[in-house]
Amino acid sequence: MTELLEPQRDREQAVAEYRRVRRWGWWYVAEHRIRSMRNYVGSLFIIGIGSPIMYLLGLGAGLGVLVNQNQGDNAVDGVGYLEFIAPALLLAGVMVTAAQESTFGVFGGFKWTPIFLGMRDTALTPAQIVTGFALGTMARYVPAACFYMIAMYAFGIIHGWGGLLMIPIAMLLGTAISTAVMAWVSTQRNDRGQLSFVERFVMTPLTLFSGTYFPLETLHEGLHWVGWISPLWHTAELGRLATYGSEQTLWLTVVHILYPVALAVAGWFLSVRHFTKRLTS
Amino acid sequence: MQQLHIEANQLTKRYGSFTAVDGIDFEIAPGESFGFLGPNGAGKSTTMRMIAATSLRSSGSLDVLGLDANDNGPAIRAQLGIVPQADNLDEELRVWDNLFVYGRYFGLPRKVVRQRADALLDFAQLQQKRQARVDALSGGMKRRLTIARALMNEPKIMLLDEPTTGLDPQARHVLWDRLFRLKDSGTTLVLTTHYMDEAEQLCDRLVVVDEGKIVAEGSPKELIRTYSTREVLEVRFGTAKNEEAAGRLAGIGDRIEVLPDRLLVYDDNGEQALTAVGERGLHPVTSLVRRASLEDVFLRLTGRSLIE
Repeated sequence: MTELLEPQRDREQAVAEYRRVRRWGWWYVAEHRIRSMRNYVGSLFIIGIGSPIMYLLGLGAGLGVLVNQNQGDNAVDGVGYLEFIAPALLLAGVMVTAAQESTFGVFGGFKWTPIFLGMRDTALTPAQIVTGFALGTMARYVPAACFYMIAMYAFGIIHGWGGLLMIPIAMLLGTAISTAVMAWVSTQRNDRGQLSFVERFVMTPLTLFSGTYFPLETLHEGLHWVGWISPLWHTAELGRLATYGSEQTLWLTVVHILYPVALAVAGWFLSVRHFTKRLTS
Repeated sequence: MQQLHIEANQLTKRYGSFTAVDGIDFEIAPGESFGFLGPNGAGKSTTMRMIAATSLRSSGSLDVLGLDANDNGPAIRAQLGIVPQADNLDEELRVWDNLFVYGRYFGLPRKVVRQRADALLDFAQLQQKRQARVDALSGGMKRRLTIARALMNEPKIMLLDEPTTGLDPQARHVLWDRLFRLKDSGTTLVLTTHYMDEAEQLCDRLVVVDEGKIVAEGSPKELIRTYSTREVLEVRFGTAKNEEAAGRLAGIGDRIEVLPDRLLVYDDNGEQALTAVGERGLHPVTSLVRRASLEDVFLRLTGRSLIE
């Protein structure tokens, strides 16, 4: 014990440890988040498997049949209804999970179980905390996205290697949502019910008006902007290109990639700024 | 000469027009146990946050381990063990996991973290609670876990902000024992407290802080010798009669302080002072002769009690 508490440590070792934190601090934060998730891994597993089966079966066997009958030969993108909505369903699930985790996880990290204050007292920087938290959030939605993708293969909704691209697309969307939500939540000092607004009045409308269940063009023109500002619409379009090769111009594909990337970068910078302000005085 | 661990000159922290810390100077040598003693709101915690480089100073200079605190936050904290006033353990994790994740934040390999976590659970007398949920621990256990966590990186300096506030006497003594061991091992301890017995027990040297300023500095013994008599006689005549009795006791002892509930007569010989009180025909309801403490120093310096 005396040896353990010996304050005069080998300087070289101390420098090496500090360098390791500078390089890998963000990973240590993610590791912490993943360790916390072990407490509820069972329920994550059940939700991860149950949710895609329920949605795909329900919409495929019910609404899908009706839509396919009515569409006849005029099917959107020339594919069945389930093929059309499945990539968007996977991504909508990712969006909601990323938003939930970033809303209550970040607010709680400052207030309820103030883990960020603990992290602040170490060699970590606010930028590493933000990056690590966003990465840790991935550990919640990526396995769920994988289950969804496997279910899509199992139901015969997607074929070929293109479907695998749903995972990087999910990561792109999840990161854009995480960082954007974190940037806002980290400015909130008290919960007066505004946190649950994110899900009800931001995520739900984004899901409903982002061409998830129908093509964006079907909506009234005055509402198209919702799709354009929604990372869900952009990534759902990428998902459709990846899974069944929907028709898309190259420039639009580039926009569908760059928009969520820009959102993620802007969200990250703002989050770092707000975390820095909150953690230092 | 060994480099100072902490050196502050005219250290100042302002929040808008409010000055929380007002141009204080202090130096802390390696291995020293140094205390900031003062009432709530005196600026102790703000000073601690500036040393931890989580609060930036407004003016003056502050070097911690030879580094400017405003510019080298992470590098300084890599060598500090910080025990904040309010525990910020991760209540979603178990006891051992709390030590593990924290150790990782200092860049320690997993193997080293595991070894240290086990050793520190022994040190904190929490080995039996290693798989317990943090929210199931008592206040004293949480405090010990927070201290164990702060030791994961084998810090050169431990910052302890009111380490025993809110704990029952038994839990305080267990914690003091752990801090004594740390002190013996040569770790520099910097602590804030508004308990004079804690400061007397743990600090080699301390500063008395009031309204952001240092009002006295020295070892507990020196401070008591300089600002108080060796003994103090406490007498109670009843709330309404204390003031009147004080007038009749004039001339007994070096000095008399009138508190709302009692009179303090400062005299190197308390028993002799008590006899003198009786000789003047006064019969207090209760009387007590005790050794002078830092509470008396604080009262003398500021005219106020430490715990209000």
